[in-house]
Amino acid sequence: MRFVDEFRDADKARALASKIAGLCEPGRDYKFMEVCGGHTHTIYKHGLEDYLPEAITLVHGPGCPVCVIPMGRIDDAISIARHPGVLMTSFGDMMRVPGSNGNFFDSNAENTTIRMVYSPLDSLKIARQNPDRDVVFMAIGFETTTPSTAMTILRAAAEGIDNFSIFCNHITIIPAIKAILDSPDLRLDGFIGPGHVSTVIGCHPYDFIAAHYGKPIVVAGFEPLDILQSIYMLMLQLQEGRSEVENQYSRVVPWEGNPTALRVINDTMQLRPYFEWRGLGFISHSALRVRDEYARFDAELKYQVPGVRVADPKACQCGEVLKGVLKPWECKVFGTACTPETPIGTCMVSPEGACAAYYNFGRFTRTKVHEASTP
Amino acid sequence: MCLGIPGEVIEILTDRPDLARVDVSGVTRAINIGLVADDGIAPGDWVLIHVGFALSKIDEAEAKAAMDFLESIGKAYDDEIAALRESHIL
Repeated sequence: MRFVDEFRDADKARALASKIAGLCEPGRDYKFMEVCGGHTHTIYKHGLEDYLPEAITLVHGPGCPVCVIPMGRIDDAISIARHPGVLMTSFGDMMRVPGSNGNFFDSNAENTTIRMVYSPLDSLKIARQNPDRDVVFMAIGFETTTPSTAMTILRAAAEGIDNFSIFCNHITIIPAIKAILDSPDLRLDGFIGPGHVSTVIGCHPYDFIAAHYGKPIVVAGFEPLDILQSIYMLMLQLQEGRSEVENQYSRVVPWEGNPTALRVINDTMQLRPYFEWRGLGFISHSALRVRDEYARFDAELKYQVPGVRVADPKACQCGEVLKGVLKPWECKVFGTACTPETPIGTCMVSPEGACAAYYNFGRFTRTKVHEASTP
Repeated sequence: MCLGIPGEVIEILTDRPDLARVDVSGVTRAINIGLVADDGIAPGDWVLIHVGFALSKIDEAEAKAAMDFLESIGKAYDDEIAALRESHIL
């Protein structure tokens, strides 16, 4: 067997893989979901599925914030950007996400100004330097990026910068995991828990997965060995009949998370009653908006936002991919009409999207690498 | 945007103790350290940076391992460093 991309610890990986194989019960199949898009990226970059027994399938979860944003929110952002005097800022990952009438680049060709920034603090600086413009930051992301937006709101308030606001699209991972657990489409045996999100929220929020759903979850680091080690820990739990929350990434993730980050989120934002996720539909209490005390920084209150729901393009099956029901290559347009250069769906846009990860690393079926390389 | 990038703290800004100058793969930029203030950040410490904010303090071995990993994933990391290079929060 050939491995897609040898990495420096390939021998250790093989040793772990054989321990994992030793835990497989004959005739049983195992499905584990890696929640985080960063993990998906590692799995395909390093061809980790090739190390695993056929009985183990990795299912890619909804943990790519760019992938789960519905088209209507892109349209809303562009509509805000069209207001006279508005200068919108956005992370680079968002720029090519298609709305119903094109993406941010297309919109800029028609007289909006949507500028890429690395940090919300860059956005705040642009506001400081351009007092004649209304700067709106397109805020997006899970708990990993939410504290940064929260800190920026607090800074804007402290400095009294009033030509700055945020279009808040921050989402929370726990309700999405619960939605997947409640979905009848998919039977999972356990979860590879997100690494960076957990540095903020800690490990306790996952307790319900083990306690109420009886599934093991292991919070994992991002290196290939971290992921294999986590799969080994999941398999060991299953073999011993346990369902617990375990932390493989304890060298970075504290069990209690980052209390300061949680506090600033809570100080500046509050849960929305519901929010639409691409592929998963409306999920209760799954997203944040700016808290009333900071309403002057809320772009949704400052501008008329159409808020129109837009159905995904018919050909696009991102929804099924995001729920883990379809593998990327099973989508009808994967690699043909939909490529990273001309994405139809969001999963092909972000490098963390499952489709882009598959496409970029030449993975068009699970078995292709084996077939091509086994003599 | 979701990548955590390790950076070494060079100095804490005297007039803005919530900001620090860090070195990330040879790129020196100011970042916010307010979210890890309780960890007592000092020059020489390593932090994991997300969109201009240190989110956790890590040890040097973890920083090196994280950097090796990021370099191995290629374009996504290059894009993140290119974005960081354009970041001037001060």
